Amino acid sequence: MFRNQYDTDVTTWSPAGRLFQVEYAMEAVKQGSAAIGLRSKTHVVLACVNKANSELSSHQKKIFKVDDHIGVAIAGLTADGRVLSRYMRSECINYSFTYESPLPVGRLVVQLADKAQVCTQRSWKRPYGVGLLVAGLDESGAHLYYNCPSGNYFEYQAFAIGSRSQAAKTYLERRFANFADSSRDDLIKDALIAVRETLQGETLKSSICTVAVVGVGEAFHVLDQDTVQQLIDAFEIVGEPEGPAAEPEPEPEPDAAAEEGTTADQGAAPDQGVAPMDI
Amino acid sequence: MADGAAHESTEHKYRPISPIFASTCACTLSSPTSRRRSRNKPSVSLKYSHIHSTLIFLCFNSFSLIHRTTMATTMVKEVGSEPAQLLGPESASERTLYPYVTGTSVVALKYKDGILMAADMGASYGSTLRYKSVERMKSIGKHSLLGASGEISDFQEILHYLDELILYDNMWDDGNSLGPKEVHSYLTRVMYNRRNKFNPLWNSLVLGGVKNGQKYLGMVSMIGVNFEDNHVATGFGNHLARPILRDEWHENLSFEDGVKLLEKCMRVLLYRDRSAVNKLQIAKITEEGVTISQPYALKTFWGFSAFQNPTVGAEGSW
Repeated sequence: MFRNQYDTDVTTWSPAGRLFQVEYAMEAVKQGSAAIGLRSKTHVVLACVNKANSELSSHQKKIFKVDDHIGVAIAGLTADGRVLSRYMRSECINYSFTYESPLPVGRLVVQLADKAQVCTQRSWKRPYGVGLLVAGLDESGAHLYYNCPSGNYFEYQAFAIGSRSQAAKTYLERRFANFADSSRDDLIKDALIAVRETLQGETLKSSICTVAVVGVGEAFHVLDQDTVQQLIDAFEIVGEPEGPAAEPEPEPEPDAAAEEGTTADQGAAPDQGVAPMDI
Repeated sequence: MADGAAHESTEHKYRPISPIFASTCACTLSSPTSRRRSRNKPSVSLKYSHIHSTLIFLCFNSFSLIHRTTMATTMVKEVGSEPAQLLGPESASERTLYPYVTGTSVVALKYKDGILMAADMGASYGSTLRYKSVERMKSIGKHSLLGASGEISDFQEILHYLDELILYDNMWDDGNSLGPKEVHSYLTRVMYNRRNKFNPLWNSLVLGGVKNGQKYLGMVSMIGVNFEDNHVATGFGNHLARPILRDEWHENLSFEDGVKLLEKCMRVLLYRDRSAVNKLQIAKITEEGVTISQPYALKTFWGFSAFQNPTVGAEGSW
């Protein structure tokens, strides 16, 4: 995209019918570090790459809990993301107060999109420079939405945004047909693998990624670093028989899920060979 | 002096009144609390410009000034939105003080398939049983049924709010819908907020419904007290029907047993509540939807021996 005479104002159309400022805002999303989301019928997993400015600093918070049943991962201008998260939290809590019932995520996403659209039609505002992956539950099950700075929103089975997200998207496209019926753990593993795809060969460690889960009967929460490290270890050493057995599950999962995890690991082993390690 | 028109009279009668006296006179005459003031409040600017323009003539003819002031204020349009309370005891109140046309009890209970609700069709105007075909139960959306006792006009206002609520909910068209719990919570907020403004909606509301197999029955009072229970009643029903329900209600009542129980309560209310009329409807709501029955009358029995020759024990009384 090159500079042109129609890109100074968000309220100026180009002759081709484009709003360049809005498109530039979407470029800002691509500059942020990657965020990935995927969903099954009952769970949604968000994962993101956390890069810290330097070894001395802590990394930026990219995943926000909006309500017990909704969470959001952002990519782009973190400050804009923080402000929008606050708006979402406020909407959720107001709805809960009036109706004593959780705000359906589909409605929250539309309100968010309408808010973003306002900024594309006022000369004294600028579009929000952040893309949001909104994960939530409502009456019809688990949902994953992507909210653009342009004011558009889309529902996805799986999606990735931010820098080098194309690598993750390629992996997700290959696997998404299985996601609807995946177990919770398989979903998390797929998310971690997708995150690793964006790292371009860098080792995946729990210190550089964050994972959050929401599901039926499970409130939205960010998994702690130890759990994430264990999960990373589990799938990276998959193929050795004692690998999955050595994986202690701190979450209170029933035995059936652990067994499912074992068979899925063995099932994932041949897939591991198929998935490209370097993109 | 007697001319009603607002134009100045050309004939002046000179009166030596000092300007100070004249101006205080004018101020008193134009103040809102002076006698013969109607509910019209003169706009401030017109009041004072009026004084300035007529101060000249005050010195000449104070009586015509009085006349002019009253004419001017009655001609001035009422402006401003100050509440009438500020005017004092003779002002009209814009807050609800008493109910006028009221409905009596509503009784409801949970049964096997959903909720059963009964209400008679009477609306009283004080002690007169004025209207006898008032539907005091209405369906709300797909999942809820609302019954109300108390001021009927406030009930109609609530239906209007709920209409709008359900309309916006339907417009989302996204597979989500407001269930009875959400409607009940919304009504609680509305009732409580109105009560906080000292302008209540004078109703006791019963909200019942079924959504996704879950039965819900709750009540909201005019001051915002709300709760959920297996059986509720409003008004006189609280005193006459609830004891019966407490004794005889149990889980998984069949439809017939539920109706019989409700009719028992309504019959007691018919005998003992002076604002009850013998024309009632029973409504049921299940997962499938709402059905409100046609109005019918309960059979009553007055053949008690004590009612024959009631004065047999005390000749001469009536």
